[in-house]
Amino acid sequence: MGSGKVTEALRAAPAPEGRHSEGRGAQGRGRVGRSRQMLRYAVRRLAYSVPVVLVASFVFFWAVRSTFDPLTKLRQARDPGVLARESARLGLERPVLEQYGLWMKAFVTGDWGVSTRTGDRAQAMIGSALGTTLQLVGWAVLFAVVVALAIGTYSAARQYSAGDHLLTGLSYLGVAMPAFWLGLLLIQVFAIWPREQFGLEQPPLYFVGLHSPGMSGVNADYFRHLVLPVMTLTVGLIASWSRFSRASMLEALNSDYVKTARAKGVPPRRIFLRHALRNSLAPFVTVVAADTALLIGGLVVTEQIFAISGMGRLFLDSLLAGDVYVLLPWMLIVALAMVLFNLAADLGYALLDPRVTLR
Amino acid sequence: MTVPSHHPAERALPPTPRPADKSRRRILVERFLRHRLAVIGLLILLALMICCYGAAWVAPHPRNAQDILTGALPPSSEHWLGTDDLGRDYLTELLYAGQVSLTVGLGVAFLSTAVGTLVGAVSGLLGGWIDEVIMRITDLFLIIPAIALLALAMQTLSPSPVTIVLVLAGLGWTVIARVVRSQVISLREKEFVQAAQVLGSSRTQIVLRHLLPNLAGVIIVNASIAVAAAIILESTLSFLGFGIQPPQSSWGNLLNQAAGLVGTPKDYLLYAPGVAILLTVLAVNFLGDGLRDAFDQQSRQS
Repeated sequence: MGSGKVTEALRAAPAPEGRHSEGRGAQGRGRVGRSRQMLRYAVRRLAYSVPVVLVASFVFFWAVRSTFDPLTKLRQARDPGVLARESARLGLERPVLEQYGLWMKAFVTGDWGVSTRTGDRAQAMIGSALGTTLQLVGWAVLFAVVVALAIGTYSAARQYSAGDHLLTGLSYLGVAMPAFWLGLLLIQVFAIWPREQFGLEQPPLYFVGLHSPGMSGVNADYFRHLVLPVMTLTVGLIASWSRFSRASMLEALNSDYVKTARAKGVPPRRIFLRHALRNSLAPFVTVVAADTALLIGGLVVTEQIFAISGMGRLFLDSLLAGDVYVLLPWMLIVALAMVLFNLAADLGYALLDPRVTLR
Repeated sequence: MTVPSHHPAERALPPTPRPADKSRRRILVERFLRHRLAVIGLLILLALMICCYGAAWVAPHPRNAQDILTGALPPSSEHWLGTDDLGRDYLTELLYAGQVSLTVGLGVAFLSTAVGTLVGAVSGLLGGWIDEVIMRITDLFLIIPAIALLALAMQTLSPSPVTIVLVLAGLGWTVIARVVRSQVISLREKEFVQAAQVLGSSRTQIVLRHLLPNLAGVIIVNASIAVAAAIILESTLSFLGFGIQPPQSSWGNLLNQAAGLVGTPKDYLLYAPGVAILLTVLAVNFLGDGLRDAFDQQSRQS
């Protein structure tokens, strides 16, 4: 796996348990047995991750609680009774564990509290931020997967050709490029310079938000806003995913089943697409899903540069304002997204590689 | 050990050097040197370190020599990279900022590798509930996005290079611990370890004499990845305003200050720090690749 990208740098995708173990059992049982096996695996994995998420969210709760004071605004109040009443209402004088329990109960029942920064309901804020981030992530992942697969397949087919060397060299650059710097350069090159050069009123590509003021919906305006942030995200993704795709394609091309297919006289194109590409997809999907999980809460830099109100920016703003009631559910939602995407990664692997038994 | 030979012709032959006679280290060095990009990476890294740490001698102008009257000037023969708003020579600033960036990168790599190796080895060797607890702790770190965790930690603590190193290492050890643990688990079942056990080696002896040398490759490669990751994370944190604070500077911090200059005549201040980060990370990655190949081939051979 590539060494990673800026915010996603310290990545470590958890390996799916039981990959390539004892393949026979699953094959024998046929389709119905397989889907039931996957369902059972999914349920067990989710049950297993509940305590991990709970402990993680408690640690986070404790860290946030001991850092920020939700009553900062009331500290200046003349009436000392206000402070005591508010404190009692929020349960602040109870032990941390009890506070956590109360908060968790409220979270599960859908009462996430009110932002001390904006006065809005935390639920609505996180919902809209998540929607925005998912749009960015969706486009970026879609685009990056297509390009990375194309590059990986080409590079593997023409290993050590000039094109392969060029693309590999570019992927080195892409992996080493800090995302925030790339974003600034892209703004300079694709928005500022063309506007100055051609004396335009508006830059060809926008770099603030996802819509112009007063606009909404999927239209030309939306895509003109989308191109630069998505490019900022995809350069790193394409770089590391195309390397991965190339490596797993090469592995597939050197495998026995490809040799068998060649010996049987299967046309090269068919070997490539049907045998090698399809089998190289299994590990690829795992990496894509694991990296996508990291993007949900990790778009801090891109969203900050392009002033997009997604999850990353919401986190930064809430952190700077000490907005406890947004930070806590934020973390829980991101952790749940991580768990779901990693589960999807394992299931995807099993779906694409019938040799895998999930246990 | 030589068996005395009685045949005269055989005795006369000079001892032919066989590959097996070469020391392990020499094979490694040769394999590494054959990896051209890795050597280039090493040279770039050395050059950067010499220039940055030797900034007091290398830098074209004294540090913090301000000239507020001239202000920001574009690159010229006098100031190769121009000057910033305070009229300070930007190349000089860049070199001094590099000291912090490189130190953070190397410090984090060293610390997280040391802690991660220790924890991973203990976890893999002892197994049982200790292993379980340690692995669940590393699971926690996988669930919360790194940048959020780091920003929260830096918001709580006072930002200084030392706290940044500690916080980044506090996150980074989990990655190396996982890798080392899995290696130790696979190694501890190998025949040579069992043989050593049968021969009565103590546990410490087995770790020091048999496990660590076999782990060296993995550890070194991961340490180089950690350097690159730490440099990028530090610059990202500083760019977001949670890292190095003025008047101290790092490459990320210089970029933070230059971020608002996009599309202004002063946009030349934007390029140099980014190129410095890119170059360093690129060099470290090449170096890591060369090391991995060297160790990989060596382990395949033996």
